[in-house]
Amino acid sequence: MIITKQKDKKTILDYLKGDKKIFIAGCGECATVCKTGGEEEVLSMKNFLGKYGKIVTGTTVVDVPCHLVKAKKMYQQHKKQIQESDSILAMVCGDGVQTIMDGTKGKKVHPALETLFLGEVQPNGRFVQKCSLCSDCVLDETGSLCPITLCPKGLLNGPCGGAKDGKCEVDKDMDCVWIQIYERLKKLGQLSKMKKIQPTRDNSKRLSPRRLETK
Amino acid sequence: MSLAEKLKSDKFIVTCEIGPPKGINVDKILKEADSFKERVDAVNVTDLQSSVMRLGSLVMCYLLRTWGHEPILQLTTRDRNRLALQSDILSAAVLGIENILALTGDHPLRGDHPEAKPVYDLDSVQLLEVIKLLNSGVDMAGNKLDGKPKILPGAAVNPGIDPIEPEIIKMEKKVKSGAKFFQTQAVFDIDKFTLFLKKVKHIDVPILASVILLKSPAMAHYMNDNVAGVNVPNTLIKDIESVDKKDRVKKAVEIASGLINGLKTLCRGVHIMPIGWESKVPLLLDAAGL
Ligand code: SF4
Ligand code: SF4
Repeated sequence: MIITKQKDKKTILDYLKGDKKIFIAGCGECATVCKTGGEEEVLSMKNFLGKYGKIVTGTTVVDVPCHLVKAKKMYQQHKKQIQESDSILAMVCGDGVQTIMDGTKGKKVHPALETLFLGEVQPNGRFVQKCSLCSDCVLDETGSLCPITLCPKGLLNGPCGGAKDGKCEVDKDMDCVWIQIYERLKKLGQLSKMKKIQPTRDNSKRLSPRRLETK
Repeated sequence: MSLAEKLKSDKFIVTCEIGPPKGINVDKILKEADSFKERVDAVNVTDLQSSVMRLGSLVMCYLLRTWGHEPILQLTTRDRNRLALQSDILSAAVLGIENILALTGDHPLRGDHPEAKPVYDLDSVQLLEVIKLLNSGVDMAGNKLDGKPKILPGAAVNPGIDPIEPEIIKMEKKVKSGAKFFQTQAVFDIDKFTLFLKKVKHIDVPILASVILLKSPAMAHYMNDNVAGVNVPNTLIKDIESVDKKDRVKKAVEIASGLINGLKTLCRGVHIMPIGWESKVPLLLDAAGL
C-alpha cells in the first residue's frame, strides 16, 4: 500500500492561488485506505475549497488513478468539467498525480497529498514502512524481515553493535531489526544464513527512473 | 616496529584515541598526543565521531605520522560511498598510514547535522573485504591497481552487548573478512569481560580492550543510560562520588589503571579512550606501569 497524508491546507490553497475553477480527483485504492483521498475526503475538500471562494466543477474518485487507462477513462467521463477547470486537485499519490496529468492530456494537476512510503496498514490508523522497493530482495536471507528498510543503516551483515536493551540506537522506540533477524533465523534453524558474508549491493539496480518491460 | 609487527610479538599493546578538533586549530591536540608519544603503540583518530562534523581523520593521521606517531585511521561507511572509501584507503597508504579501523559509524541522526544523507553503501564487514581486495592489488570492480597498499585492517566489537550471539557472529565474519585486531567498546566490568573472552576464545585475533577515563558520576550515568553494552558498576560510581571534585582526575586515573592492570593478563592489549582528557593520559600510563 502507498501511504499518504494530506498536505496542510495552507499549502494546498497556495498551490491553487490564481486558479478559480477546480476539479477534484481522489483515489479508490491506497488513498481511500489511508483516508486521504476517498469519497469522504474528496467531499470535505470540496466544501473546504468552496469556503475559500473556489468553484468546484466536479469531483470523482478514480478506482485506480495510477493506471493510465483508468485515468484516461476518467478524463473521458468528466471531459467537460475538467476542460472548464483551471486545474485538477489530485488527492492521490505522487505517481497518480503524474498519471492523471498524462491521462488528461497535460492538464495542470496539483498534488494534495504527501506521498510517504510503501507500507503495512495496521489497526488504529497506523502505517509502517516495511519495504523500500530496492529491486534486489534479500528477505529469504533474513527471516522475512527487511534490514534495508527496518535497519536505519541498511546493514546486511548483522547488527551495528549500538542496540541498547534490544532497541535501535537510531530510534529507541524501535526494536533493532538485526536482533530480531537473529532470533528468527535461530528459531527457523537458519543461523547459517546470518553467518554468510553478504556481498556489497549492486546499486545500479535501483537507479531512478526504473522501468519494466514485460512484452 | 610497526603495529602489525607488534601484534605478532607477545608485547602488551597500548593504543590511545584522539578526536580531531571542530575547526582547524590542531596545535593543542598535537601537543597532547606528543605527551604520550612512544609510550603508546598507536593512536586512533576518530572519523567524525558521533556524527559530529569536524576535521577529518585522514589529515589528522597524516599530521600524527609526521610528528612521529603510528596512526590508526578510523574509517566509517557512513559518509562515503565505495568510490570515496577505496580512494581514501589509497590516499592513506600514500600518506604512510598503514592501519585502518573499519567501522559502520554512528547514524547522522544522532549528530550535529541530523539532516545529512546517510550513505552506508557498504557495512563494516564489506569494508574489511574491500581493504583485503585493495591489499591484493585490485579494486572492487576487479581493476588492477598501479601499486598496491599494505593496510593492516582492524575492527570493533562490543563485548557487553546483549544478546551477545549476533555480535559474535559478526565478529567471526570480520575475522573471515581480514580483521587483524579488535578494539572493543569500553570495559568496566572485568568479570563480565572475562566471560565474553571465554565465548570468543576460538577467535585467534588480538583483542584490545577499551578503557575510559571516568570523569564524573554524571558521565557514568550517562553512559549507562545511553551507550549500548556499557555498564559502569555501581561500586565504581560510588567510588567516584566518594572523592572531592578536585580529586576526580586522581580517582579516574586510579580506576582506569586498576582496570588496565586487570586486563593485562586477560587480553593482548588496551585501548585508552580519554574523551577530552587527552592531557591526563601520561598520568594513566604512569599509574598503570606502561
Ligand atoms: S530487501 Fe527489503 S527493500 Fe528490498 S525488496 Fe525486499 S523487502 Fe523490499
Ligand atoms: S541498532 Fe540495529 S537496527 Fe539500529 S542501526 Fe544498529 S543494526 Fe540497525
